Amino acid sequence: MITMKRLQLLGRTGFSFMGDVGRATIILYHSLIGKPDWVNGFTRLVQQIYFVGVLSFVIIALSALFIGMVLGLQGYTILNKFGAEHALGQLIALSLVRELGPVVGALLFAGRAGSALTAEIGLMKTTEQLSSMEMMGVDPLRRIIAPRFWAGQISMPVLALIFNCVAILGGYMVGVEWLGVDNGAFWANMQSAVDFHADVVNGIIKSVVFGTVITWIAVFQGIDCQPTAEGIGRSTTKTVVYASLAVLGLDFFLTAVMFGDT
Amino acid sequence: MMKMRTVEITVGALMIAGILSLLMLALQVSGLSNFFREEPGYKVKAEFSNIGSLKVRAKVSIGGVVVGRVTEIGLESDTFNAVVWMAIDPKRVNNLPIDTHASILTAGLLGDNYISLTPGFSETQFLKEGDIIPLGSTDSAVILEQLISKFLAGQASTNNKSDQPGGEHP
Repeated sequence: MITMKRLQLLGRTGFSFMGDVGRATIILYHSLIGKPDWVNGFTRLVQQIYFVGVLSFVIIALSALFIGMVLGLQGYTILNKFGAEHALGQLIALSLVRELGPVVGALLFAGRAGSALTAEIGLMKTTEQLSSMEMMGVDPLRRIIAPRFWAGQISMPVLALIFNCVAILGGYMVGVEWLGVDNGAFWANMQSAVDFHADVVNGIIKSVVFGTVITWIAVFQGIDCQPTAEGIGRSTTKTVVYASLAVLGLDFFLTAVMFGDT
Repeated sequence: MMKMRTVEITVGALMIAGILSLLMLALQVSGLSNFFREEPGYKVKAEFSNIGSLKVRAKVSIGGVVVGRVTEIGLESDTFNAVVWMAIDPKRVNNLPIDTHASILTAGLLGDNYISLTPGFSETQFLKEGDIIPLGSTDSAVILEQLISKFLAGQASTNNKSDQPGGEHP
């Protein structure tokens, strides 16, 4: 009997998961498909990019600086054992551009911007702002969800690029300025190892995918939350957990597809 | 709510920062193009029969002190010799004798190749912009595989010699 109950529970979870995915897709479809309102839409988009992107800039840049410095320090200690410290630039740049930039950037973005999006939309729902919008004949999906979604998708790659650059500069500061790796060897090895198309562009593609997934999860959790104080809290937690797991899981598949055969 | 003007300005700044980062990743990190940077110093050409894995921007040193960089690597079309252009910083050294010797060395066992210059003895003629260090006064890179195969071939021939007197194996 216990086994049957377990099986039933699993089935119910499966159903509710599929239902969530279905509703999330429908919400995304309704908010994005339709005649675009260029003038007002652009203003709202800029405002959301400010909230989602510009306000995440400081945390992204600071963590990038420290991650780059740590990479420089750790890489130097290990490479130094083999007398290969001139390969430091290559180590830092490849690991950042391929993996750390998009992934760590996306995790920070999920924590900083994704949770804020969910909480904001959830509170709008709880205080019935969404319903009153509908009463006034304004589509809340087009008005609230769409600009936030596009803003997240635009901000994430930009932030990931900034993350890469700041972190490489951090690694440069520690490796070259402090520990004394040769400047020319640092950049020359980096340039011969990093390919613009295979590494930089694939990193950007990764961050676009992560941006899409994170903002999608965030707006869906916001609009799907229980309209109570507790519900908002639960949805915000869910956003961060699901978005982080989705980023790490997707990263594996994207890496397997992009770099698996080399 | 913040003023729209401030919001728009900061968003614009973020976009510019993103574009600048992309440019830096393209030019500086992946080395898509190197033509913006001109190495300081006078250019000297050296011919080698084999440069190993020497790269553009590798060090040029005299007695371990860096005096310049490799700027360009090419192939002489008629002799098939490798040609290496290097920029030597006149602030470091401006009176290299014309019979200076250039050799490609390796930094450590796994290290990068670099060029080491050994100054010659001429006291009247000095290397200047566009001068050539000919093949005769350069040492090529030592390729580990060639060394090993030479060594193995040597081993084999000595083995054969020792085998020859009684080398009648059915």
